[in-house]
Amino acid sequence: MPVILWSDALVFLLLAAGIACAWYVRQREHLLLPWRRVAQSATAMVSLLVLSLFLLVGLLDTLHFQAALSEKNSGETVYSPEVLSVFDLLVTPLRTQTEKTYSAPLAVALYAKESIEMPDGKVLREYPRLRYGGAHLTDTQRQDSDILWRGLTGALAGLLAGLLIALVGKRWLAQRGWPLRALLIATLIIAAIIGMTAKLAAAYHVLGTDKVGQDVLYLSLKSIRTGLIIGTVTTLVTLPLALLLGIAAGYWRGRVDDVIQYIYTVLSSIPSVLLIAAAVLMMQVTIDTHPQWFDTSASRADLRLVFLCLILGVTSWTGLCRLLRGETLKLREMEYIQAAQAFGVSSLRILTRHIMPNVMHIVLISLVMDFSGLVLAEAVLSYVGVGVDPSMISFGTMINGARLEMGREPMVWWALASAFGFMLVLVLAANLFADTVRDAFDPRLNRTEMVA
Amino acid sequence: MIAYLIRRILYSLPILVGVNLLTFALFFVVNTPDDMARMQLGIKRVTPDAIEKWKQQRGYDKPLLLNSAASGTDKITGTIFWQKSASMFVLDFGYSDDGRSIGREITTRMGPSLAIALPTFLIGLVAYVSFALLMTLFRATALDMAGVALCVLLMSVSGLFYIIGGQFVVSKLWHLVPISGYDGGMGGFKFVVLPVVIGVIGSVGSSSRWYRTIFLEEIGKDYVRTARAKGLSELAVLFRHVLKNAMIPILTGVVVIIPLLFMGSLLTESFFGIPGLGSYTIDAINAQDFSVVRAMVFLGSLLYIVGLILTDISYTIVDPRVRLS
Repeated sequence: MPVILWSDALVFLLLAAGIACAWYVRQREHLLLPWRRVAQSATAMVSLLVLSLFLLVGLLDTLHFQAALSEKNSGETVYSPEVLSVFDLLVTPLRTQTEKTYSAPLAVALYAKESIEMPDGKVLREYPRLRYGGAHLTDTQRQDSDILWRGLTGALAGLLAGLLIALVGKRWLAQRGWPLRALLIATLIIAAIIGMTAKLAAAYHVLGTDKVGQDVLYLSLKSIRTGLIIGTVTTLVTLPLALLLGIAAGYWRGRVDDVIQYIYTVLSSIPSVLLIAAAVLMMQVTIDTHPQWFDTSASRADLRLVFLCLILGVTSWTGLCRLLRGETLKLREMEYIQAAQAFGVSSLRILTRHIMPNVMHIVLISLVMDFSGLVLAEAVLSYVGVGVDPSMISFGTMINGARLEMGREPMVWWALASAFGFMLVLVLAANLFADTVRDAFDPRLNRTEMVA
Repeated sequence: MIAYLIRRILYSLPILVGVNLLTFALFFVVNTPDDMARMQLGIKRVTPDAIEKWKQQRGYDKPLLLNSAASGTDKITGTIFWQKSASMFVLDFGYSDDGRSIGREITTRMGPSLAIALPTFLIGLVAYVSFALLMTLFRATALDMAGVALCVLLMSVSGLFYIIGGQFVVSKLWHLVPISGYDGGMGGFKFVVLPVVIGVIGSVGSSSRWYRTIFLEEIGKDYVRTARAKGLSELAVLFRHVLKNAMIPILTGVVVIIPLLFMGSLLTESFFGIPGLGSYTIDAINAQDFSVVRAMVFLGSLLYIVGLILTDISYTIVDPRVRLS
């Protein structure tokens, strides 16, 4: 039975809006022009490739369902209370093959010694073998060669698949002036890494397991959705607020401007972490005092995520609003606006036809620039205790859980390293892409070199 | 100048009133004191008596805005809004859930917060501006490109990583400084070094890049060409002309955070066990001590507004053309 959580619905809404925008831009050559400049940049396209992989994982993880349990007494089918996603289904082995507790990446034995009773009655203190990690090995001496063999064959298979994709893609992209060589190299590297990981993950825990024995690779991949949602759904709140209020303040000035300026000065004068903390604490009280609102724990965690996006949106629209107000103040004095006013064009039409399209580059730049900041903020907020629900898998909760194990000897480093590593790749790709977008859309930059 | 300042302070009063109303709405209207009591006492098995007692102990047993039972001025003053929210204007923050005076906590904790935040701020400012000047000096060369790439990379790393990684390498592997703790006076030096260094490194990426953009914008202006035409060396142009003219945009971003240094940093303080206002806030959030969070929100916006006024004053100092009137 498909389940649409609140955040899923919002993601679908965003996706639909994104596709609609893309279709609209495709029809218009002048809007397409800056995107062509983005497409010529090797860094931007490679970043986009990485980002779209993250997006793919996130989207697969957004298609939720409740599995039907085979029910003995006939009649209605009963659904499992556990909400799963298509992504969970794809990586079922990763999700279900849990160990007892910590184990290092690619290990065959647990991280801590345990008392094992031998067949002859003696008790031995030893590192017990893992239930799944390297379970196919009869002789643990062969572990290294097995890993090497699997890694190599996996990478090779990945390379072959990557070449195939590249060949198909090349024909399709041939005349577009895209940086083919950079894309080819990136595709091959990514394909090799994915192939190697997939082959190894079939037999080992590639990134180890956490305290309750869950596979860290699975947790990291699941965290992607949370990060992406925080980074994107928040714009659903910031965008309308900033756009409407910013343009209204700049266009009508006077009283309207005073009121809007007052609102955003009040909001921006509160340090944002504190405002977020206060709002999240209050939301927590509401959620805790109304347990009857939620039928599954997933829907509760999900609603908390949506609220967090809402709160982040309410606290972060002020910057964009100020920019838009300033730009509108400038635009409304332009000749073409005055001409439109003189012709008696209605305010609404002036706003939508003449002002809105001319501030869109600011909106776009600020949206892509904010994305990475929001992904990073999630981890910090979860650490402070005002982030996502503790039961929700995210980079923040992973770091939070692993942080407490810093003091162990030998150190449990893999969960931290994976969370930081995945976050770095995501945020770096987003930052690089955002930079190119800004350069392509910012009219202040000198464009002569790009035209030539 | 004085008249301007007085007017400016009067202008900021409505903003503080707005902040106050906002926090009041957030903490008392979205959830009633009954909800908070139920939350604090545990959702299940909570009797109305216990809720009443909890509210009475903390002074939440009054009407929100208008006390119709009382007479005279008590109608206004005998309410939660007057006693808990409006009282913050005279810096009376009331008591935290464990019965301590929040005002006293703030004054004692400001010191440690400042001991970390002030050196971080000063060293950071010098470091970022120098790094940015260096990139500007070598602009459009491989060195500049490498600098920008480094900045983007550093920007993309989570702030938590710097803290956790720094603690692990410096304190745990090399045993150079203690992992966490705080001590007043000179003995506190060894506790302060690591948080300050990590704080500086933590925002080197975004800040240096920001300063670089400012400098690059200045360097395209006409006065720079004139200065070069006079035969000044590139270094002299940078330091004597560009740096001075970039002061206004730099001050806009920098002065406003100086008062906020008192609040300390949430992350740094809680990781390094520094008894400042940042860790106070985190503890309050974790203990769901709403009165402390409310007080910190108000204090934060008060300091921010002070920062805005200071920014205006600083303009007149660096640029004699700016007159406040």
